[in-house]
Amino acid sequence: MNRTELDGDRPDPEALLEVARAEEARAKRGELKIFFGAAPGVGKTYAMLEAARRARAEKIDVVVGVVETHGRSETAALLEGLERLAPRTIEYRGKPLQEFDLEAALARRPGLLLVDELAHTNVPGSQHRKRWQDVDLLLSSGIDIYTTLNVQHLESLNDVVAQITWVRVRETVPDAVFDRADDVELCDLPADELLERLQEGKVYLPEQARHATEAFFRKGNLLALRELALRRMAQRVDSDVHAYRRAHGISTTWAMSERILVCIGPSQNGPRLVRAAARMAAGLRAEWIALHVETPRLALVRVTGRGTLAETIRLAESLGAEVVNIGGESIGERILEYARARNVTRLVVGKPSQPRWRELLGGSVLDTLVRGSGAIDVHVISGDEGPLARRPTLQPATPSGASPIPYAWAVAGVVGVTGVCTLLYSYIDLSDIIMLYLLVIMVTAARFGRGPSILAAVVSVAAFNFCFVPPFYTFAVADARYMLTFGVMLLVGIVISGLTERVRMQAEAARGREQRTAILYSLSRELAQLRHKQSIGTSAARHVAELAGGRVVVLVAGADDSLTPLQGTDVELVADPLEQAAARQALERGPAGAGTDTLSSAKALYVPLQAVGRTIGVLGVTTGDPVRLRHLAEQELLAAMSGQVALALHRVLLAQEAQQAELRARTEELRGALLSSVSHDLRTPLTAISTAASVLGQAGPMADEKRREFASSIYEEALGLGRLVTNLLHMTRLETPGVALRREWTPLEDPIGAALTRLERALGRHMVNVSLAPDLPPVLLDEVLFEHLMLNLLENAAKYTPPGSAIDVSARVEGASVVVEVADRGGGIPAGQEDRIFEKYFRVGGPAQGGFGLGLAICRAIAVAHGGTITAANRPQGGALFCVTMPIGEETQTALPSAQEATA
Amino acid sequence: MSEPGALILIVEDEPSVRRSLRTILLDCGFRVVEAETAAEAVLRAREHNPDLVLLDLGLPDRDGLTVVTAMRAWSLAPVIVLSARGQEDDKVTALDSGADDYLMKPFSANELLARIRVALRHVAQRTPLRDPVVELGDVRVDLGRRVVTRSGQEIHLTPHEYKLLEVLLRHADRVVTHRQLLNEVWGPGHSTETRYLRVYMVALRQKLEPVPGRPRWIITEPGVGYRLRLDRELASS
Repeated sequence: MNRTELDGDRPDPEALLEVARAEEARAKRGELKIFFGAAPGVGKTYAMLEAARRARAEKIDVVVGVVETHGRSETAALLEGLERLAPRTIEYRGKPLQEFDLEAALARRPGLLLVDELAHTNVPGSQHRKRWQDVDLLLSSGIDIYTTLNVQHLESLNDVVAQITWVRVRETVPDAVFDRADDVELCDLPADELLERLQEGKVYLPEQARHATEAFFRKGNLLALRELALRRMAQRVDSDVHAYRRAHGISTTWAMSERILVCIGPSQNGPRLVRAAARMAAGLRAEWIALHVETPRLALVRVTGRGTLAETIRLAESLGAEVVNIGGESIGERILEYARARNVTRLVVGKPSQPRWRELLGGSVLDTLVRGSGAIDVHVISGDEGPLARRPTLQPATPSGASPIPYAWAVAGVVGVTGVCTLLYSYIDLSDIIMLYLLVIMVTAARFGRGPSILAAVVSVAAFNFCFVPPFYTFAVADARYMLTFGVMLLVGIVISGLTERVRMQAEAARGREQRTAILYSLSRELAQLRHKQSIGTSAARHVAELAGGRVVVLVAGADDSLTPLQGTDVELVADPLEQAAARQALERGPAGAGTDTLSSAKALYVPLQAVGRTIGVLGVTTGDPVRLRHLAEQELLAAMSGQVALALHRVLLAQEAQQAELRARTEELRGALLSSVSHDLRTPLTAISTAASVLGQAGPMADEKRREFASSIYEEALGLGRLVTNLLHMTRLETPGVALRREWTPLEDPIGAALTRLERALGRHMVNVSLAPDLPPVLLDEVLFEHLMLNLLENAAKYTPPGSAIDVSARVEGASVVVEVADRGGGIPAGQEDRIFEKYFRVGGPAQGGFGLGLAICRAIAVAHGGTITAANRPQGGALFCVTMPIGEETQTALPSAQEATA
Repeated sequence: MSEPGALILIVEDEPSVRRSLRTILLDCGFRVVEAETAAEAVLRAREHNPDLVLLDLGLPDRDGLTVVTAMRAWSLAPVIVLSARGQEDDKVTALDSGADDYLMKPFSANELLARIRVALRHVAQRTPLRDPVVELGDVRVDLGRRVVTRSGQEIHLTPHEYKLLEVLLRHADRVVTHRQLLNEVWGPGHSTETRYLRVYMVALRQKLEPVPGRPRWIITEPGVGYRLRLDRELASS
């Protein structure tokens, strides 16, 4: 396992990289300093406040988040003059409780925040269950923290402390928090002095706990705790030294050589095992794995047992283990297989808790491990559960449970067989009768499980004896040989029941697995076909609800960090701000809500939807039962399902992004075209204007006619520029998403007439024929825009056709649309370009031809905005024909009461 | 003809536009006062009591509209709004709150002078159309007898159509907004039902215009209203 050793003078680059990464993360994070002590009363808070005052003297922005003075005047005096955050009051079970105000601290953003008692458990209803989680959040938002901690609150030392003091501490802090702290200051006080202080009343003891706490403050305890604290401190300093050496290339021989595997199960001493393994791993500086083998029998263990397992797993995770869950029939063999595959050097297992006779019958896991371990060391940790532990309760979950009905059925079955056999007694042999009884036992085992089948076996033996063994109808036995028959019959019955029960459990476990696989399979198959976020959400909600039997919501994270529930899922579930907070928490920091440690008062459990290293949303699920939710949170199935959903959503999002990227590329292309077009179109008239104006400005006489010619050229070019600007403005307006047209019922005479009037001068040298059908209804359109469309078409016709030629404007009704045509007798449109001329910045004959390249594009944009179309074609007799089709709009006929009056 | 000596207040923040306007107006014999901001405009107007105001709507300090409102409190001098294209709403608001006409930028000197002439004439006449008979090509409108004829043949107009024609004639050569027309013909309370108005206008054009599809007299001002054009110098803007 030794890593390649490098040249003695150079640090391992990977290790350096790690250091660099950690330093980078720290640069963003605030710094955590822990004032660490062996017991209450050693002066941690005092030391912390002194340090804070020093910091303030250095002009650091110090704020007291929460500090318990416990009424001690020395401590209170130190608090004076420091800014304090007001506590938040939370109503819990009718009592107002004061709690550290996390939100206020985040909003205040001091340079340094004091948060006393890191191990504190928050009042239910707070954002986090534990104060160290608050501190973690504060650190990650860049605030430096001073805090205090006693050794007995360290997770990995929890059992040791309990063994020493006989007081089990419920408030613990994961060792990782302690290890990650930037600075730890030990506040030490010899045991005698502490006891002295205690006697002087300088150590605070809560009234109700005085008795228990006094037992805690025995000298022996204090000595042991002091030793623990000093040792833990030494360990930390040691690892600091290691880090330093690594960073400075002092030692390159260090390499990970040990890997520890701890085997956990649904047993009460699981946490103890895990802590032991964690301590061992820390001592050896080894990485460690917590392994759980799920056997068919364990798969059916009741939820109570599962809860213990879940707690053990969570504990292992919090202590830094890699948690692995594998399935298999034989626990021992699977463990060994896995351990060899992962090059494990040490195995940690618990002492067996089952009676010896069962080991002799069924073999023991420990035995298998010890015999098969080979090079792997096996550590067996004491099964003694300490003073405060309870016996494990491991109950198989028989579906019928403790109900008496299966037992009644078992007895009824035996009675039935006895009846049948009595009737047929003269026709059948005794051995057949025994066979029939065994059949009943087997059927009972298969149908109702072990208990009823054992009862059936016992009752069968009794009935057989009573009815069929002479002397009849007494329990007395004449022939002693029958005793053997009874014994064998009972044994066979019990063995059969055991075997049958096992088969049944396996079948049930298999069924469960199959069902889960089926749900997963059908989900993934369905998701693969979906193309919209909405339908993915609906499908996911249905499948998860099938699994969990509750309400499901899917939320998608937007680019602006918003979380939007998908329609079709249970949107109402996240109407509550608490639920929203939990969902956001899940998005940012992993599972949250009911069944987890974060915001556990939320109704639903929220898991992040992660795909390809990116959290794209949150899945929320609620059932009425929090235990079931906790169970769900542990299950890989929910994770697998959310993974599938995330992948599907990711696929859709990617497709959308690709589409947008394409759109952007197209916009870029258009912008390029616009620039070249506009620069040409602006420059040409500007050149004409400036030339003409400079000529006009020259001194000297000039013929009136000449002067007028220049002036008129300036005027015309300026008008052209004005039109270009108008075109650009309209285009921009039409391309703005969500722009509303000002539609009104408008007779076409109005906009067409207005356009013709406005172009009177430009059309002066053409013959314009207007023929509007007499039955033209008013059309629902934006008059200004439609006039602009007509203006552009007519101007186009005027520009591209020779003077004196005819321009025909006509309008007629066709079905539910009106068709407006503008036809000219010019050169027409080059073949094949009938459609391209409507593209933006496209000019017939290329840029050299002049013109704006925008007019027809706007015509099309306007027509399309109205739900209409515009097409161009060449007339057979020569010239171009532009044809605009506009929908008339609904309710044309009904809302014209004035029509009758108009003729009246 | 224009009235030499009429005092015109130019409210415009662009120096170059102001300069052109001043040149054109002085050339034609008008007297000119200038203002750059809305506040200054109100001040100058009080000081000089101009005969006509040329008002740019986009002013640096306040909306030009406030000038119209302030002026209308004490003065009847016509206000001609100068505005860019695409600001139909602003134009309508300005007209509805008391402006007399509008001119779309860019405009020619001829157009500007024609509008000023029309506005001043309306003020001078007070009772416009002293002559009760107006001729629109071969159509003759006798306002005294309330009869409309084409080549001697009477044209039958419904009461509303006649009233529309009358209002347009009263404001001849000036733009009349949809709201003004609706108010005057149908009375207040109908001021949003432009749809009726448009249908009547189609009918009226069909009875009066030689080519209804290409109107010569009743001009549509898209998004704003209508103008009955007697003065051929007035190009539509």
